[in-house]
Amino acid sequence: MEVDKQKVVDSLIQQFEGNVGNIEETYGLTTLQVRKSSIFEVIKYLKEEQSFTLLTDVCGMHFPDNDPEMQFAVVYHIHNLFKNIRLRLRVFLPADNPEVDSMVDVFSSANWQERETYDFFGIIFKNHPNLVRILNMDEMEVFPLRKEFPLEDGGRIDKDDRFFGRSIHNE
Amino acid sequence: MTVKRFEEFIKKHENDSDMELQILNLGPTHPSTHGIFQNILLMDGETILDSEPTVGYIHRAFEKIAERRPYNQIVPLTDRMNYCSSPINNIGFNMTVEKLVGIEVPKRAQYIRVIIMELARIADHLICNSVIGVDTGALTGFLYVFQIREKIYDVYEQICGARLTTNLSRIGGMERDLTPKMIEMIHSLLAEAKKTFAEFETLMTRNRIFMDRTVNVGGISADRALNYGFTGPNLRAAGVDYDVRVMNPYSSYEDFDFKVPVGSSGDCYDRFCVREAEIWESISIIEQALKNLPDGDFHADVPEFYLPPKQEVYHNMEALIYHFKIVMGEMPIPAGEVYHAVEGGNGELGFYLVSDGGRTPYRLHFRRPCFIYYQAFAEMIKGSMLSDAIATMSSLNVIAGELDA
Amino acid sequence: MSNGSSITLDAPPIGIEGQGYFLTSLDQVVGMARKNSLWPLPFATSCCGIEFMGTMASHYDLAQFGSERLSFSPRQADMLMVMGTIAKKMGPILRQVYTQMAEPKWVISVGACACSGGIFDSYSVLQGIDKIIPVDVYVPGCPPRPEQILDGVNRLQELVQNETIRRRDSPEYKALLRSYGIDIK
Repeated sequence: MEVDKQKVVDSLIQQFEGNVGNIEETYGLTTLQVRKSSIFEVIKYLKEEQSFTLLTDVCGMHFPDNDPEMQFAVVYHIHNLFKNIRLRLRVFLPADNPEVDSMVDVFSSANWQERETYDFFGIIFKNHPNLVRILNMDEMEVFPLRKEFPLEDGGRIDKDDRFFGRSIHNE
Repeated sequence: MTVKRFEEFIKKHENDSDMELQILNLGPTHPSTHGIFQNILLMDGETILDSEPTVGYIHRAFEKIAERRPYNQIVPLTDRMNYCSSPINNIGFNMTVEKLVGIEVPKRAQYIRVIIMELARIADHLICNSVIGVDTGALTGFLYVFQIREKIYDVYEQICGARLTTNLSRIGGMERDLTPKMIEMIHSLLAEAKKTFAEFETLMTRNRIFMDRTVNVGGISADRALNYGFTGPNLRAAGVDYDVRVMNPYSSYEDFDFKVPVGSSGDCYDRFCVREAEIWESISIIEQALKNLPDGDFHADVPEFYLPPKQEVYHNMEALIYHFKIVMGEMPIPAGEVYHAVEGGNGELGFYLVSDGGRTPYRLHFRRPCFIYYQAFAEMIKGSMLSDAIATMSSLNVIAGELDA
Repeated sequence: MSNGSSITLDAPPIGIEGQGYFLTSLDQVVGMARKNSLWPLPFATSCCGIEFMGTMASHYDLAQFGSERLSFSPRQADMLMVMGTIAKKMGPILRQVYTQMAEPKWVISVGACACSGGIFDSYSVLQGIDKIIPVDVYVPGCPPRPEQILDGVNRLQELVQNETIRRRDSPEYKALLRSYGIDIK
């Protein structure tokens, strides 16, 4: 299994030279960083050539302390059921224009997961058939899982923040 | 509430006398007591042409709350995701943190976890199968099966004190050992469960009416199922034998001998039968675990993560300091990212945990199987009748807490 | 199972008893009739809903108190049992279901999330349904045991027994509904 995983990683590096890098292995799972311009091709290649038939997970992350070019990230977990190889792919996106290609044409399971990532972080997925909010209310204008958005409801009048050790910004 | 494309379709076919078009709103409060999600259906008479699901009516922002709570306080939160089998969520999260820190849990604790997780799986499949019966009109199975669920609740109460939202297991093992009384209760539960399931099966499995309602209803092919990210009993009913317990074994599942039931056509009847067969396999796993339960500790020796016994806190300085730190949430969790998956009642329940070394996670994402496979519902009911859509919805076992998180 | 001497009868309403007749006020009779046939509308959203399914099942048996027929149609239900977390997205729907119910109607709020938001102190959860509809009985717990839910129904039955039949037309009741923004003529 380790040999198979190394072969897949090697073929990825060979096929997408310059666009795939920063390979690390943590807790038994290999993570690759992929450039946002080629992530669609990488996932399509993995599905069609390397039989990674299950897209396990798509989620977003927000790093407000990073450089402005790497403030948002989309993380894909993908799984090859035949040889039991799991991979994690990470794409960093700039803060002023967090856009990436949508995977809906390759995996239909990405549809709602990308909507959820858009709902929470505001990451735009190009060519998505219906990129609207899914879990929060449609009228909401902010993206709640970004680090600057507070957790608690801002309109509560029965909780005195002084007693809960919170400042006026509900930190 | 209505959908623009449905209205345009109706307008286009206004003068078509063959079609009796209407828009029907199914939910969010509907009699199949599954949870709240809405489907707006475009119907031609009794046949469904198209549907538009809306979810998020019970969005409680778990992932955001988890960023503000220390690791011990996230476990009750995970309870409330798939609340029909909450121990699996709890133990899955604890295993994720143990993987991140690198704690090796002793064998006895792993076997106890297996017993509890399989009991939870039985409870989850029981609800699903009996509720398919309720939705197709057979209420008796529900009443029989809930007696067994009450007995499972009694076992949970002995182990952790709560019936439904259990908050079981701690980082490093279990919070208390299995006493002889608990083992005896589990044995008597299994004996009674076997009789009740055999009775339930005679009521439903070869029942003419039930088979007419569920065979060839709501089917999906293995290819489409994998494309939609199905996992768990729904995927196994479609023909793919992917079970996280077999592919990536955790918590000593490799020691147990069990079969993975697989269906062929992915319709409601296959899903029902796969869940029935999994209940029998779970009973067999619990019996094997009880027979081979090893001796030893029920928790790892990690004083920085696991609370010391209360008596020691009163005498011993180190125990006092560890107790204080753990209760205040100051645990030395290293920075890193980890993904761990367990086989939940509905499929692969994954936890993606990113830590920056602080007392709360930097990002915790739950890979919820219900959310991912419910997308396929619109495709599965296209062209079927309204009552088939109800049977499909209940056989998919959509749990609203896991859908919205 | 129980010998006849240990059965106690419920106390009769206040009135005068005679040979073949019982003289009491209309309020008492109507209250007694209503309290023993409260048809619930189970508005089950999350984990408390599963405990409600356990209450409905044969071990705890809600039907023994008269709630035999669960009605999912608001027009035919007497009491609205809100069980589980109500998110802000669900609020308007809960309110619409409440206004569609016919008088007399009562509301039981089951579980910590429905009473006050529970452990979910977040931006998307309504911190208590009494912010949008008037509530009669609060049942705390997370989730409450079936015995607690039955206790909540029993307390509601006491309320129903002692309610005057003119309450729903009284100006205080109308003021209560108006304070929630529910407009009744």
